[in-house]
Amino acid sequence: MMRRWLPYPRLALAVWLMWFLLAPAPTFGAALTGALVAWGLSFLPVALEHGRRGARRPLLMLRLAGRVAHDIVLANLAVAALLLRPRAKARRAGFVSIPLDLREPNALAVLACIITATPGTIWVSWDPAAGILVIHVLDLVDEAAVVRDIRGRYEAPLLEIFA
Amino acid sequence: MIAPALPLWLAVVVSVLLLAGAGLALLGSLGLLRFRTFYERVHAPTLAGTLGATAILLASMLLASFDAGRPIVHELVLGAVLFTTTPVALLLLVRAALYRDRHEGNIAVAPPPAEPGAEAADERPASGPQ
Repeated sequence: MMRRWLPYPRLALAVWLMWFLLAPAPTFGAALTGALVAWGLSFLPVALEHGRRGARRPLLMLRLAGRVAHDIVLANLAVAALLLRPRAKARRAGFVSIPLDLREPNALAVLACIITATPGTIWVSWDPAAGILVIHVLDLVDEAAVVRDIRGRYEAPLLEIFA
Repeated sequence: MIAPALPLWLAVVVSVLLLAGAGLALLGSLGLLRFRTFYERVHAPTLAGTLGATAILLASMLLASFDAGRPIVHELVLGAVLFTTTPVALLLLVRAALYRDRHEGNIAVAPPPAEPGAEAADERPASGPQ
């Protein structure tokens, strides 16, 4: 019943909060229109469903978000330092193939955002049959370390969140 | 609008954040020039899109909150939208480049798909009979 009339409650709540945040003044009218828009919009992803599985473990999500923020700041500094070096020294950029256990499409989408938003790594392709992800790394020193980091730091928590 | 009575410490913090954000954006643009291959160049704009944008949004939040006399956090929405849309744009660019490179047989720049024909099935489960 709930699923039929409010298919994505958390998405609706997020849209409603955003609407409220952007409203010029927090009035009852703004809250009401926001609720209507949020309710309507939360039906959109129904068209994209693929045997959905909800995300769980909110605390782990927060920890993952903190870890991603930390990694992005460090990666920013690393790439900035790379750019400030007078001449490109012996830097090697290259592709790395990473076998993943992750199959849930939403989890893969989150992983794509994390990898691509981090300076220095870009998601290149995903082979669903073989379960192999290819990323491009700007400053490739140790391929095994890249595989270990992506799998340990991001894939492991995502497997639990989208279990 | 900058209020006339902006305290010095706030002016300093906001300026530092703005300059840091602008500096990162500049470095990212410089990267577009300095890197040589397409796949390297795609990395550069993420500097402006992540830490650079965060610094500028923080500066904007501080200044607007001081002006209004209450916390203004609209910029959080901008941050969330940036984090989710920038990767999508970059991914589309990379996939377009990859498609062309594989099509033209520049295998050297990208590993070949696991098997011929797997390319079309990328990103989504095969819809044909399994």
